[in-house]
Amino acid sequence: MKLTLKIWRQKGPNDKGQMVTYPIDNIDGDMSFLEMMDVLNNQLIESGDDPIAFDHDCREGICGMCSLYINGEAHGPDRGVTTCQLHMRKFSDGETIYIEPWRAKAFPVIKDLVVDRSSFDRIMASGGFVSVNTSGNTVDANAIPVPKADADNAFEAATCIGCGACVASCKNASAMLFVSAKVSQLALLPQGQVEAADRVLNMVKTMDEEGFGNCTNTGACEVECPKGISLENIARMNREYMSAMVK
Amino acid sequence: MSVLDSKIPAGSLDRKWSDYKNKIRLVNPANKRSIDVIVVGTGLAGGSASAALAELGYSVKAFCFQDSPRRAHSIAAQGGINAAKNYQGDGDSTFRLFYDTIKGGDYRSREANVYRLAEVSANIIDQCVAQGVPFARDYGGLLDNRSFGGVQVSRTFYAKGQTGQQLLLGAYSAMSRQIGKGKIKMHTRHEMLDLVIVDGKARGIIARNLVTGEIERHSAHAVVIASGGYGNVFFLSTNAMGSNVTAAWRIHKKGAHFANPCFTQIHPTCIPVSGDHQSKLTLMSESLRNDGRIWVPKHMEDAEKIRTGKMKPTDLTEENRDYYLERRYPSFGNLVPRDVASRAAKERCDAGFGVNATGEAVYLDFASAIMRYGKEQANIQHLENPTESDIYKLGRDVVEAKYGNLFQMYYKITDDNPYETPMKIYPAVHYTMGGIWVDYNLMSAIQGCYVTGEANFSDHGANRLGASALMQGLADGYFVLPYTIGDYLADDIRTGTISIDSPEFIEAENQVRSQLEKLLNIQGTKSVDYFHKRLGKVMWDKVGMARNTQGLNEAIAEIQEIRNEFYQNVRVTGKMNEFNPELEKASRVADFLELGELMAIDALNRAESCGGHFREESQTEEGEALRDDDNYAYVAAWEYSGDVTKPNLHKEDLVYENIKLVQRSYK
Repeated sequence: MKLTLKIWRQKGPNDKGQMVTYPIDNIDGDMSFLEMMDVLNNQLIESGDDPIAFDHDCREGICGMCSLYINGEAHGPDRGVTTCQLHMRKFSDGETIYIEPWRAKAFPVIKDLVVDRSSFDRIMASGGFVSVNTSGNTVDANAIPVPKADADNAFEAATCIGCGACVASCKNASAMLFVSAKVSQLALLPQGQVEAADRVLNMVKTMDEEGFGNCTNTGACEVECPKGISLENIARMNREYMSAMVK
Repeated sequence: MSVLDSKIPAGSLDRKWSDYKNKIRLVNPANKRSIDVIVVGTGLAGGSASAALAELGYSVKAFCFQDSPRRAHSIAAQGGINAAKNYQGDGDSTFRLFYDTIKGGDYRSREANVYRLAEVSANIIDQCVAQGVPFARDYGGLLDNRSFGGVQVSRTFYAKGQTGQQLLLGAYSAMSRQIGKGKIKMHTRHEMLDLVIVDGKARGIIARNLVTGEIERHSAHAVVIASGGYGNVFFLSTNAMGSNVTAAWRIHKKGAHFANPCFTQIHPTCIPVSGDHQSKLTLMSESLRNDGRIWVPKHMEDAEKIRTGKMKPTDLTEENRDYYLERRYPSFGNLVPRDVASRAAKERCDAGFGVNATGEAVYLDFASAIMRYGKEQANIQHLENPTESDIYKLGRDVVEAKYGNLFQMYYKITDDNPYETPMKIYPAVHYTMGGIWVDYNLMSAIQGCYVTGEANFSDHGANRLGASALMQGLADGYFVLPYTIGDYLADDIRTGTISIDSPEFIEAENQVRSQLEKLLNIQGTKSVDYFHKRLGKVMWDKVGMARNTQGLNEAIAEIQEIRNEFYQNVRVTGKMNEFNPELEKASRVADFLELGELMAIDALNRAESCGGHFREESQTEEGEALRDDDNYAYVAAWEYSGDVTKPNLHKEDLVYENIKLVQRSYK
């Protein structure tokens, strides 16, 4: 395949940045999108240019590090995958592909396609946990049965990889899907219910402080989420929030 | 006397750990506040250690090269975590988990360490459930289990095919709580580049801030290295792109011994290589072998037809298939340990029965599991005379519920639908049992420098059993290190903050700086990846699944040649004081180029086969690994001599008081 790539280049946080065009040839359909980027970078390095910076690590769709906005969609045109699992067979010969970083006030650009998502970590540090110390003396794991449906729903919410695609896809750059996934997981399990009220209040407060936008129920986040995190989590978080407010 | 003192406590096996814990020194809560501990790495071993140490009251400084501690590669572990809970009532016990692990490791691990691991395994499950880890449950609301290779009980706890993710997010949650309290100072996008030793004790690290490129000094009273394994020395592996040996290698060059570096785990079920562009390999969980059956065509001509696309696997009838694991190992069948399964796949492919274009793939087939589950469901739902396709549909739903994410991953990567046609799989580098030598306290040969998780060598011998890596990482971090480190830190309650202005810190920083400048100044013509791929090919061909004297000698010479060329002709773009992923890669590959040689040297020294280390010269008549206990029942711990080509060997004899060494058999 022969492709034209239009890629966002930005030297640093204070640089203005611009789209730059790169032609690329001999791309195989079995390559992953990031392997295609590797090919481009090797060409740039060997011709003495600065390679394109992009985040990536596990390359199997689970670490949440990769983060490209491809042809106007977070993680590109395929559904249920991260950029690292997107394969070039989803594109056709001669196509022009636009590659941009996540764009959100709370995710400032570090360089080229790399953004700073530490705001997610700060939301987690404000309440995304159960306050239990490591002792080896907690109750036996089977002492509190958990209905299978609750356990399964908690698991579904817990599969969020924290990549930020939801924020990048949202016209308001809202982090509601990310936050609600953690709030839901812990609210559904008996272990998390003890401090459920404080958790939701603190996490929502931090989310607002970090500069994420509001949720207007557009649902773009759910469509683009590589892990299929459901909007039901947002509904559950709203319920949790309301009941915490009146407590 | 050997320089290696394993410090294994006296007493009977089942009392060692509890007696030891009762006697070691403690640090009182007020004093803990004035003691700093550095933890490098935030995977299961590092994340759990950081959280547990901060909960105890120590001031923790944690480091990871990723943009968040939640992304460490433990996240990618799929199948599960072992624990001797015996919830299934199938005869499991602490002793049995201990025994299976020693046997699975082909009798090359320490009894006392492994017993302790088995002992604390049950606590891990309790702890994780208390944190809100959503393990799989059955309809009664209790925890479900499955089976893994090399064992005959169901002791593996799981969360679909994302167990590592859920456990790591549990540890990350526990860390987040301490970060919020200010007890852990988290340094993301930081890479440790050297250890600082003051008066013979590890007192800090030199790290590079990967965003600004700044070289920083960080001090502490003890340093914990939890930086994972070194599988990426092979270039292609199931490790993450950033996984590296740098932290471990740098402490090795400062005096820590590297133990059994040749013990590498080649995992049998990975998606085969598709072309030269390949940047990494993807694992298909071992849990799939609970239900999937592995086979190749029985007749060579069928294999040829399949390779050239003239025949489909589903065209072959049962009698024309060779379920070679079931044939060779009737009692364990498809659930033999990883090393055995990998070698058996290689044997069939080398003999010409491979099923993809390159001849390096075998089938993992779910058709019979789908029908078996379908029939079970039809019974449960009281369906009378269900059709084949009804049964298939019901069974497919069960398989999807168990392994859905893995099947989807396979489909996205290969464009083949594994519900309809068998998966193609082939072995790939997955885990490294070797690592930094540590004593019973998990301390390396450097005072105050601890090594946990995959980065150390201690628990898996020559082959790790499935679902045991997660167990070891969390055991080390939650339940072992927090005790043993206290005994050491008890001497430091009056030390006060360690200065970062001492000559030792300045010198270490200067060394790191000049090393990076050296890489930037070469200004050659080839990219870092070019050298990494060449190294990987030598490692895979000659230090991979099968090794021999000639190949290993050639590998040593070739690695030296690649290393020389690297230092003459690598091109590292960009500058030191900026975000520069190429410089990060170059510095990691420089270390792999040295480690690769040590692995070959170690493999050459160990002229026996054991576990994942298969020397062609040492095999039984049936082609199984043949150990030589008289000459090699020891840990090979290599000390850096100042010259990477001439390491000094120290031996720690492995003493078995509770287990009789026998030829491992899964027949």
